[in-house]
Amino acid sequence: MNFGEGLTPEAIAFGLFTLLTLGGAFGVVTTRNLVRGAIWLIVSLFGIAGFFVLLSAPFLASVQVLVYIGAIGILFSFAVMLTRGMTNLKERFNSQWWLAALAAVIAFMLLMVGVIIPVFGNTGAPVSDQVQTTVDLGVALVSGNQYVLPFEVASLLLTAAMIGAIVIAREDD
Amino acid sequence: MGVPLWMYLTVAAALFSIGMYGVLARRNAVAVLMGIELMLNAVNLNLIAFWRYQTPFNMSGQAFAAFVLVVAAAEVAVGLAIIIAVYRNRQSVEVEDVDMLKG
Repeated sequence: MNFGEGLTPEAIAFGLFTLLTLGGAFGVVTTRNLVRGAIWLIVSLFGIAGFFVLLSAPFLASVQVLVYIGAIGILFSFAVMLTRGMTNLKERFNSQWWLAALAAVIAFMLLMVGVIIPVFGNTGAPVSDQVQTTVDLGVALVSGNQYVLPFEVASLLLTAAMIGAIVIAREDD
Repeated sequence: MGVPLWMYLTVAAALFSIGMYGVLARRNAVAVLMGIELMLNAVNLNLIAFWRYQTPFNMSGQAFAAFVLVVAAAEVAVGLAIIIAVYRNRQSVEVEDVDMLKG
């Protein structure tokens, strides 16, 4: 991508989604009011859904909107409302926040050095323009020699987690 | 595809680091869970980016991202249930107040 030769629509979309994702993430970790934090989280997740569209994974983008923004965003809003009185803590960060910031910066540096520098500047296009479609994903998830077992285990895990969540959050009487 | 792979990886790394800061530094447990969600999303973005650029012929990247999504949904449901149970017992969701297991 060369910014000098004029922006492609894809580059503009990438910049916009980057702004949404990272700006939203920044809002999540810095805002004092957690209701706003939940809104920022939704903004950030929406940016990720946009990236999925750019990376030609439309099914995951729609699942991202439905599950993350729809379900998890609402779940967070409910949790914030159910723990009222804690949504506006005077001190947002604990006493070691500078240590945490240092750790985050070091982690980012390590990721840059270890993973991104080796592929930095490599403007190579994807190995193929032929992309597997949602139909292939569906087939892969249920075909016997691919992901049918992890798929079933995942559904079992989800059921167990939901029952566990109900049991944990239920009021004892 | 005009955007190279390393740009996606940089965005994912930045998102992961921001989420990590949220997990380590926030006092409210709900905010900590939000940080975990950001980190899981960074992982998903990496998975899909690598899938698109390196192995678009098979579905392993998308399938793994879907499983991460399922696990994230389970994790957030159980996590928020625990937070609500703790709030009911201790009237607090500050991470530092939940130290019953401390000797």
